[in-house]
Amino acid sequence: MAKGRVEIYTEACKSCRYCIITCPKKVLGTTEAVNSKGYQYAVPLHPEDCIGCAMCAQICPDAAITVYREAK
Amino acid sequence: MMEKVYSRPSGIFEGAVTGFCPGCLHSSVSKIVCEALDELNMVDNACYIQGVGCGGLVVTYFDIDTVSAPHGRACAVASSFKRCSPETLVFTYQGDGDLAAIGLAETMSAANRGENFTVIFVNNGIYGMTGGQLAPTTLLGTKTTTTPYGRDIREHGAPLHMCEILNQLEAPAYIARVTCADVPNVRKAKEAVKKAFRCQIEGKGFSFVEFVSNCPTNWGMSPAESLDYIHNTVLKEFPLGEFRAK
Ligand SMILES: Cc1ncc(C[n+]2csc(CCOP(=O)(O)OP(=O)(O)O)c2C)c(N)n1
Ligand code: SF4
Ligand SMILES: [Mg+2]
Repeated sequence: MAKGRVEIYTEACKSCRYCIITCPKKVLGTTEAVNSKGYQYAVPLHPEDCIGCAMCAQICPDAAITVYREAK
Repeated sequence: MMEKVYSRPSGIFEGAVTGFCPGCLHSSVSKIVCEALDELNMVDNACYIQGVGCGGLVVTYFDIDTVSAPHGRACAVASSFKRCSPETLVFTYQGDGDLAAIGLAETMSAANRGENFTVIFVNNGIYGMTGGQLAPTTLLGTKTTTTPYGRDIREHGAPLHMCEILNQLEAPAYIARVTCADVPNVRKAKEAVKKAFRCQIEGKGFSFVEFVSNCPTNWGMSPAESLDYIHNTVLKEFPLGEFRAK
């Protein structure tokens, strides 16, 4: 089971892709899906690999990512 | 059981989306400022003075009291606001055109008087809002709409280094240059903003945090390319670090 989970506030995503290049586990990517402004928002393509490190959320300029991690 | 380890800080309007372009680090700076205020429990006791430029777009994002200053005059407005309301945490939010060109006199004078407020200075090396004109901080050789052949030292002078210039003054309490171009630096940047705010809370005087930022739109780069450009080129001209911490 995944150690972490990310939730994306898709309306705030502008497809800058910083989270995609930053995630050490390559969890995130984009699909054809777009938000109301037409941006291809980030989605967890490989949620099972998420370790809950929150690096995607820290680099996200638009505060669009919430991160959960398995409690120790 | 999963626990929440990262979410939006308070100080941002419910559900708000910044008006900045995709990948613009103005968004990161505004997020970090809210995180710092939130962690110091000062969101409801803060007031920011808006400069003129893209930075003004924070007005639809920051759920914080604000006064908007005429172009370049934020440090003068902040000086008087803080003197009249010393219990409020006061900070300016200014671009490089605003702070280092039209507002240079106000910035230097407020710093020299040691006014007890904090400056958040977003240096993206260009006038973003007005379409990419030369700023005092533009790198030599850079083509802008007003320097189509590139910035030339004999015609336009060399880039202004605000931290280094302010560090010549007696009064300032805290001076640092940071960036949000990668995760370790995002963390350091937040610590620098918190230190600057703490300086003010402790009444030590003028504090200044310069963010080496980007403008993918007017730099003509993708967001990822603009981060590489910061790392490979801009940081050589504008080295990061804490210049002073009283
Ligand atoms: C007195 C006055 N002169 C000129 C302008 C036009 N103007 C608006 S924003 C700006 C420059 C903004 O550049 P900067 O401070 O670097 O902000 P950025 O958009 O790059 O974040 C200028 C010259 C103005 N609004 N008021
Ligand atoms: S024009 Fe430049 S500085 Fe202004 S929001 Fe867009 S990327 Fe940011
Ligand atoms: Mg600028």
